[in-house]
Amino acid sequence: MLTRSEHRASTAGGVAALAVIGLALAVPVMVLLSQGTGTGVSASQGAYIARITWFTLLQAGLSTLLSVGFAVPLARALARRPSFRGRRWLISLFAVPLGLPPLVAALGLLEVWGRNGVANRGLALFGVETPFSIYGLSGILIAHVFFNLPLAARLILPGLERLPPEYWKTAANLGMGGLSLFRLVEWPAMRRSAGAAGGLVFMLCATSFTLVLVLGGGPAATTLEVAIYQSLRFDFDPGRAVLLSAIQIGLTLAVMLGLRLISLPTEAGDTKGGATSRPDVARGWRSLPDVALIGAAGVFVAAPLVAVVVSGLAADLARLLTDALFWRAAATSLAIGLAAACVAVSLAGLMVRARFSVGERPGSPGLGLLSGLAAAAGSLTLLVPPVVLGAGWFLMLGGGAGQLLAPLSVIVLINALMALPFVMRVIEPAHQGAMERNGRLALSLGITGINRIRQIDVPALLAPLATGFVFAVALSLGDLGAIALFGSDRIVTLPWLLYQKLGSYRTADAAGLALLLGAATMALMIVADRLGNRSGAAPLAGRQLR
Amino acid sequence: MTQPPAIEFDTVAYGIGELSAEFTFERAPGTVTAILGPSGAGKSTLLNLAAGFLEPRTGRILQGGRPVNGLPPSARGVSMVFQDNNLFAHLDIRTNIGLGLDPALRLDAGTWKKVETALERVGLAGFGRRQPASLSGGERQRVALARAFVRRRPLLLLDEPFDGLGPGLAADMLGLMLEIRAEVGATVLMVTHDPDEARAAADQILLVSKGRIAADAPAEGFFDRHDLPELEAYLGRNAGP
Repeated sequence: MLTRSEHRASTAGGVAALAVIGLALAVPVMVLLSQGTGTGVSASQGAYIARITWFTLLQAGLSTLLSVGFAVPLARALARRPSFRGRRWLISLFAVPLGLPPLVAALGLLEVWGRNGVANRGLALFGVETPFSIYGLSGILIAHVFFNLPLAARLILPGLERLPPEYWKTAANLGMGGLSLFRLVEWPAMRRSAGAAGGLVFMLCATSFTLVLVLGGGPAATTLEVAIYQSLRFDFDPGRAVLLSAIQIGLTLAVMLGLRLISLPTEAGDTKGGATSRPDVARGWRSLPDVALIGAAGVFVAAPLVAVVVSGLAADLARLLTDALFWRAAATSLAIGLAAACVAVSLAGLMVRARFSVGERPGSPGLGLLSGLAAAAGSLTLLVPPVVLGAGWFLMLGGGAGQLLAPLSVIVLINALMALPFVMRVIEPAHQGAMERNGRLALSLGITGINRIRQIDVPALLAPLATGFVFAVALSLGDLGAIALFGSDRIVTLPWLLYQKLGSYRTADAAGLALLLGAATMALMIVADRLGNRSGAAPLAGRQLR
Repeated sequence: MTQPPAIEFDTVAYGIGELSAEFTFERAPGTVTAILGPSGAGKSTLLNLAAGFLEPRTGRILQGGRPVNGLPPSARGVSMVFQDNNLFAHLDIRTNIGLGLDPALRLDAGTWKKVETALERVGLAGFGRRQPASLSGGERQRVALARAFVRRRPLLLLDEPFDGLGPGLAADMLGLMLEIRAEVGATVLMVTHDPDEARAAADQILLVSKGRIAADAPAEGFFDRHDLPELEAYLGRNAGP
């Protein structure tokens, strides 16, 4: 229920927001295209690009297979054991990687799986001489499974838990064994969400940047995103960056079209309800396989987190906290995060309002297009990954050397675009509900225009707006993708600083930084989740990972 | 010659505190017992104990004189029909019934024939390839009865199976259930909250209240009794002067 002038204002706002997003996406792509014309591909370069593309697909495919391949039995085991001590705690633990900055997780993984890590020391005890190497394909796979196994398990589990308790009683009554129960009941209930989770995981791994940057070992284990970064940052070869970007966009486009076919699960982890007992499941020693699987998954996810805390606490935090560079980085990170969150929430608000306005005036094809574009804007930011966006802007700014404001603005913009789909998903349903409740009343009281926004809409949407804002800050705070190209002595964020410390083998400093960064991001994520739960929208559900 | 009871609860206790239950009763083969009582009284607990979905804290459960404590539900000679969700919604009707013959679904032509016969028996000939969602609630309960029919287990447990079907349909289903019971020779324990259903179908009544058996009596004339405070309360007849 909006007045005519409010409709006009909403439409104008939506067009403006779309224009900003469109420009932010189109300018870098145009720059990439114009730079790319005329650069031929030599045979050796062609082989290099083919190898990178192949490795990108290979590691994404293997990561997906491993993540979903373990998530299916894990979700099944969790569904079979609906009430053991610590189950809720464990399922909450599985949400943690979703909110953790990849760089922090990488550090934890290095502590556990690295050359001198717990895993290799354990292997040495058994007389295994050649240590397991976390660098290269195996490390990338471990990191991707660390992030995506819990995500996939949380996406698959609800499908099983939604099944009525009578199913399990009937299965017990008929004496269906584990295998036929899996074939006839459990797998059909998991198939859809497992397929969709697989698509999502593949997409996330095909565009994974930070983990590959840290754990990838040289040209043999490099993905498109990291190769784009390297070709700009180290080799300054715009032609190659352009080609790689084009391939990356083509790849994500293909995957996204594929995902459309299998429809993405939107909500992860509504794990309440469902059967409270499973009479079909054996107890005693025969529960050992489930217990072992759940236990192993718990240790696999928890160990790197514990390692971050332990090694962080062992570092000289006091010295770190008196370091001026740390405070400068923290201030820069916070400023970028706050600015990105402001942009993301504003854009999301304008587009949600415009979509609502269009929804009230059906029939106009032009407005329908506006609404569709606003809805697609979120996906568009997935289509053009941050590193590709950054690459375009990087070329346009001539590398950004010596500048301050322009690179910072680009970083803010990219971070805002990354957060946009999630912020929109939090705000849109809340806005819809608030309008249904207050729309007529506001109109009948004659509260319209800016007064209405100030006095009715914003107060009613405070919780979801805050959720989106805090979430956007957290996402930006942990991001390395946008800063990686522009980071310099003058522009230092916390993830950038952490990456530098890692690169120069200042591991103690890195551990301390990782703990601080991880704790700050997790705290924000938890706040966002709490706020979101209060307003009925959880931003963590199915968020993307970078 | 005396046959052992088809089902016997010997001071079977479940749970502790407020929600605890303790049952002792026995039923001769071929009888139909209606289990009545207010909601939360423990009717379903009793049925779940008999089915093996719950294990008693103490006490013995015997079937045909054989102790069944600790046996998995499938080894107990029990068929069960619930109020809802008796059929796996993604499997067609014949598969749902076929699972009653072999839970791993390794069926030969002869067994599939049995499935067809069972469907004919419950008046659903030709429904084998349909999905449960395309059937009415009453038809789905018929399929559940068909599955119990092919399984031919000595004990048939019904948990308010005809609830929500409407009085006419419920009466038809009750009749069908009694026929099938007679053909299989099963003993029936049926939870219901409808005194008319109990009157129409049952030889005996178990009145359950607060986790205890308040009355264990023949159905004949049971609802005309006025000496049971639990019955008065259950039927709402103790409205006072």
